[in-house]
Amino acid sequence: MALLEMKDISKSYSGNQVLKNVNLTIEPGEIHGLIGENGAGKSTLMNILFGMPVIHNTGGHEGQMFINGEPFTPKSPMDAMAAGIGMVHQEFMLIPGFTITENVKLNRENTKETILGKVFGKKLNRLDRETMAEDTKIALEKLHMNIDEFVKIQGLPVGYMQFVEIAREIDKRNLQLLILDEPTAVLAESEAEKFLEVIQSLSEMGIAILFITHRLDEIKSVSHGITVLRDGEMVLAEKIENISLVEMARAMVGRSVELSTEERRDLSDAPVHLELIDMHVKMPGEEVKGVSLEIKKGEIFGIGGLAGQGKIGISNGIMGLYPTTGKVIKSGQEMKLNSPREMLDNNVTFLSEDRKGMGLLLDDSIENNIAFAAQEIKDKFLKKILVGRFLDKKGITENAVKMIEELDIRCTSSKQHTRRLSGGNQQKVCIARALTFEPDILLISEPTRGIDIGAKKLVLDTLVHLSREEGMTVVMTSSELAELRQVSDRIAIISDGKLQGIFNPDEKDEVLGLAMAGDDYEEVLNDA
Amino acid sequence: MTLKTLYQKIGFPRLIITVFFIALLIGAVVLNIPLAGLWSSIFVRFGMNAILVLAMVPGIRAGIGINFNLALGIVLGLLGAILSFEFGFQGATGFLVANAIALPLAAIAGYLYGHMLNRVKGDEMTVSNYIGLSIVSFMCIVWIILPLTNRELIWPMGGKGLRVTISMENSFGEFLNNLWAFPKGATGASSFVFPTGMIVYFALWAAIVWAFNRSKAGSAMSAAGASELFATSNGVNVNRYRILGTMISTILAAAGIITYAQGFGFLQLYRAPLYMSMPAAASILIGGATLKDARIIHVIIGTFLFQGLLVVALPVINVVSGGDMAEIVRVIVSNGIILYALTRGGEEA
Repeated sequence: MALLEMKDISKSYSGNQVLKNVNLTIEPGEIHGLIGENGAGKSTLMNILFGMPVIHNTGGHEGQMFINGEPFTPKSPMDAMAAGIGMVHQEFMLIPGFTITENVKLNRENTKETILGKVFGKKLNRLDRETMAEDTKIALEKLHMNIDEFVKIQGLPVGYMQFVEIAREIDKRNLQLLILDEPTAVLAESEAEKFLEVIQSLSEMGIAILFITHRLDEIKSVSHGITVLRDGEMVLAEKIENISLVEMARAMVGRSVELSTEERRDLSDAPVHLELIDMHVKMPGEEVKGVSLEIKKGEIFGIGGLAGQGKIGISNGIMGLYPTTGKVIKSGQEMKLNSPREMLDNNVTFLSEDRKGMGLLLDDSIENNIAFAAQEIKDKFLKKILVGRFLDKKGITENAVKMIEELDIRCTSSKQHTRRLSGGNQQKVCIARALTFEPDILLISEPTRGIDIGAKKLVLDTLVHLSREEGMTVVMTSSELAELRQVSDRIAIISDGKLQGIFNPDEKDEVLGLAMAGDDYEEVLNDA
Repeated sequence: MTLKTLYQKIGFPRLIITVFFIALLIGAVVLNIPLAGLWSSIFVRFGMNAILVLAMVPGIRAGIGINFNLALGIVLGLLGAILSFEFGFQGATGFLVANAIALPLAAIAGYLYGHMLNRVKGDEMTVSNYIGLSIVSFMCIVWIILPLTNRELIWPMGGKGLRVTISMENSFGEFLNNLWAFPKGATGASSFVFPTGMIVYFALWAAIVWAFNRSKAGSAMSAAGASELFATSNGVNVNRYRILGTMISTILAAAGIITYAQGFGFLQLYRAPLYMSMPAAASILIGGATLKDARIIHVIIGTFLFQGLLVVALPVINVVSGGDMAEIVRVIVSNGIILYALTRGGEEA
């Protein structure tokens, strides 16, 4: 009998379908890999399995789940834990000032009866520290960890923290299924290898493992079965021996919808507009570790890759928003680093992925948002009266009205605050600001994240228009490979903070998929 | 406009205070308290306090929140007034000299204080309270050791150190109150006098702040205050504009206390400056400002309501209760409204 069966699981968030009829079966002791791009629905599926409140608060889900043949409907993570499901999250949930034992046993401490406890209830029983330490030691030994259980978490290497998290889960006696969400993302290579060994030995002990990762080679080396999600649909479920790395990559990326792609053009003769030399950017969670690139004048240069690999860091680094080293050269002239003003003065502008934080003044009007950059940097919309330069309110409104019409921004008036606009209209306001600024180079990150289809098309069409008709250079960073392919002239894939390669947008799915996972297509083929 | 949108536009605190204010006015009529005198007091007190309330505007717009450290500008304003007094200037000259000494000092102090606030981003309102306490304590020493000789400034016996309260009768006391006041020759507590000079003087400062808000620098400053990320990514030097906002706020505090003191007729030294920030903060919040947004109209509405409440409450409540209730009302209203605004964060207060 299967340990876990998930049948026809569907889920939508306010009308937006994120999972469609997904099935997942896991046998006892099986290591099962779950892969998919960002936004494929992996986390939602796990949230359903783990009974996270976010699922119930948004109207629950469709489909059924069974554990050992019994129907399983977790109302909270407590229910899931009681059913023998443990989860190790991507972000560590450990208390730094506590010892390993205290963290492993948190809220499940072994206690000895005391008089106080008898009178006032179990919460006042004395901690049985010896048993706690014993148990922790056993759990750590199962993980082949040579570390004293009384050490504090603070100052431990990241790899060790990961193991402490797992130790906590396996210390729960009834553990049958352990969910690991991108466990190796934070580990160094040697740690990752050790980690995979541990997983295998856990599996031999009869604990099933559901392993979410984007490192395909890891899945291939340890897991027994694999499920691939794409756009909320299960596209592949297969025994590992029946499938190759290349097929996995193809299934993960795939082309779900045929988008109208632009006619390709040859820009190899165009002059270099922006050059990056050995750029390092210290952006938390998106660190860039030495990237060199040449971006041609007038092209749309796509930057892709998985989340956390550093693709977002590149534009932020060029713009000087995070500490950057290396060289940024625009039209042969070296730019001062770490200075947004320098880049703006040189006619480079950036529309951030953090639209609400960096892209908008939420409590200010649409018209002021649109005019701000041009007014601050290029002294547009100003008139001189006596000693000072004052805002030309009329000019600002006129410009905003023009932009609202051109970009079809849905709003009550140009005086409306941007906070209440929908995501798509907010993005249009940001684009209107960039258009008003009239840059040579437009850096834009996640241009279509969180916006509806109609707005998406308009945003992408606008980028194409700017590049093809106005000759603007556009550097577009996106997690969605499909849209990169649709509009880019070339696509750079960033993996682990480095440039994995620059590809033609018509490149085969498996090549791009493997590049995103940090593998080289040719090598994989030769190995196979 | 439906009743609901009207209510939302006015807001709960303003509604309560307006209703209370009107109730007190009705009470005054019922108790036969002469309204003419009350109205002149309201205008005088409005003129005295409005510039101090105005000092809150640049602080909030630049993102340092409510400037609880008005005391910094205030002590320098007092210093300017005292020196002007010491040199024997009177009337208009005295007033101008006091400002000429105080405002540049306030600009320098505001600049240094702004640098300091840039190091404690996020905790400005807490820190500003403690800086206020420290500055006032420090100035207590200065008031004692200043080597001044004017007999009206220093203690009559012993002859060392400044008095706690200095009458400005022989300096520029009530200079603005009486400037262009009409109707001419009206005297006594029960007749109506409009303090034109004082209101015009406030209008002058308000116009300057209003114009600044509409300038390129003012626009950049509000962006810096509203979203540091947005401002930085659009090439605004956020720290510089925060310093600018702090400077303007401190300068306005200095100009504000000189106006206040001349209207009151006394210079209050030592611990008195500590008690000026709270009513000013309460006033602008009553006027509709939030911790993130403040405009001139908030200053005008807020100061009018807050001072109006105090002026009318004093005689009415004292007649009804017989005790000194007006002071209690002032404390409850000012602290209550600040607490309300702080719990609401950046939302509409």
